[in-house]
Amino acid sequence: MPRETIVHETGYDMEHEHVFIPQHRHHFETEEQQREAGSFGMWLFLLTEIMFFGGLFFAYLLYRNWYYDAFVPASNFLSVPLGGANTAILITSGFFMALGVWAAEVRKKNLLVIFLILTTLFGLAFIGIKGVEWHDEWAHHHIPGAGYDISEFVNPKAHGINDEKPLNVDMAQRTQIFFFLYFGMTGMHALHMIIGIGLLIWLIARAQRGDFTEGYVAPIENFGLYWHFVDIVWLFLFPLLYLINRHPLH
Amino acid sequence: MAHEATHEHHYHDPASITNPEHAEHHIVSPLQYGYVYIALLIGTALTVVAADVDMGIFNPVAALGIASTKAVIVILFFMHVKYQSNLIKLTIASGFFTFLVLITMTLSDYVSRAWGLW
Repeated sequence: MPRETIVHETGYDMEHEHVFIPQHRHHFETEEQQREAGSFGMWLFLLTEIMFFGGLFFAYLLYRNWYYDAFVPASNFLSVPLGGANTAILITSGFFMALGVWAAEVRKKNLLVIFLILTTLFGLAFIGIKGVEWHDEWAHHHIPGAGYDISEFVNPKAHGINDEKPLNVDMAQRTQIFFFLYFGMTGMHALHMIIGIGLLIWLIARAQRGDFTEGYVAPIENFGLYWHFVDIVWLFLFPLLYLINRHPLH
Repeated sequence: MAHEATHEHHYHDPASITNPEHAEHHIVSPLQYGYVYIALLIGTALTVVAADVDMGIFNPVAALGIASTKAVIVILFFMHVKYQSNLIKLTIASGFFTFLVLITMTLSDYVSRAWGLW
């Protein structure tokens, strides 16, 4: 796209030159100001997201302190290898997203498309592994509700679990609160990822068209902020849900 | 018109509206992203290892410390906050501060009640 220089575009006396790009809205004085306003707005949205997830984290904090004895065996039921692998996968996805922003900045269209596709693929891999884990918990009747089974927590030895303290029935029922928070928090996180993957597919199509490699990178940059935010939420979810107290009897 | 010129100078001079310290847009290099990526993977391995070491009440402290460090690295470099204007930095900091205030005030209510004693 030709970068046309328009001087005195708006008719009043200016000491600087306007670099004209089609995405530059007339109500912003400069492209830089437009970009800053966009980032600012995106960050305000992310702050509301911090408050949203913050409520979930607070509920976790409170119930973990009240029912710590139930949270330990319930947390130990989760698979650290799967959770750890998913953490690495999500970090990798975020890395490719960051490279995508770079590719847009230096106007490399093909690289941008490749990095966005890799971001999407690693995001999908994360959701896939999460699905395997959820299925595992479903198979063990660990979904809170009428079908919930506390027997593994009341009598762990009968289920071949030798390194957990047996819980009394009352405390064993509290493991439902852990799984309620687990499904709520990982589910809300996964929902954010699914929305993100939907947006990524749309961005890939637009990137392919060359929308973001002619000097207009704001949509890629702001989506990157969203994607990294979702990563950060998982960086806290992983240790808090999976690593509460491994092997308490050792 | 002299009057109009003054008016334009005050209200439409871009220099008085955009942040003067935010002059040039910073592009983070792929190499730097690579360092950040490796640091985040090391942090993840460290979290898993630290969870298996019995540190008593310091286990969650270590876990949250590592997670917070990773989060700060992501915010500063992947999210470019290190290179943003003070306006955006201050906005983000105020958001986290507000979140901490909400946590602290709610917790102070919960810990100061005589649970089960009424």
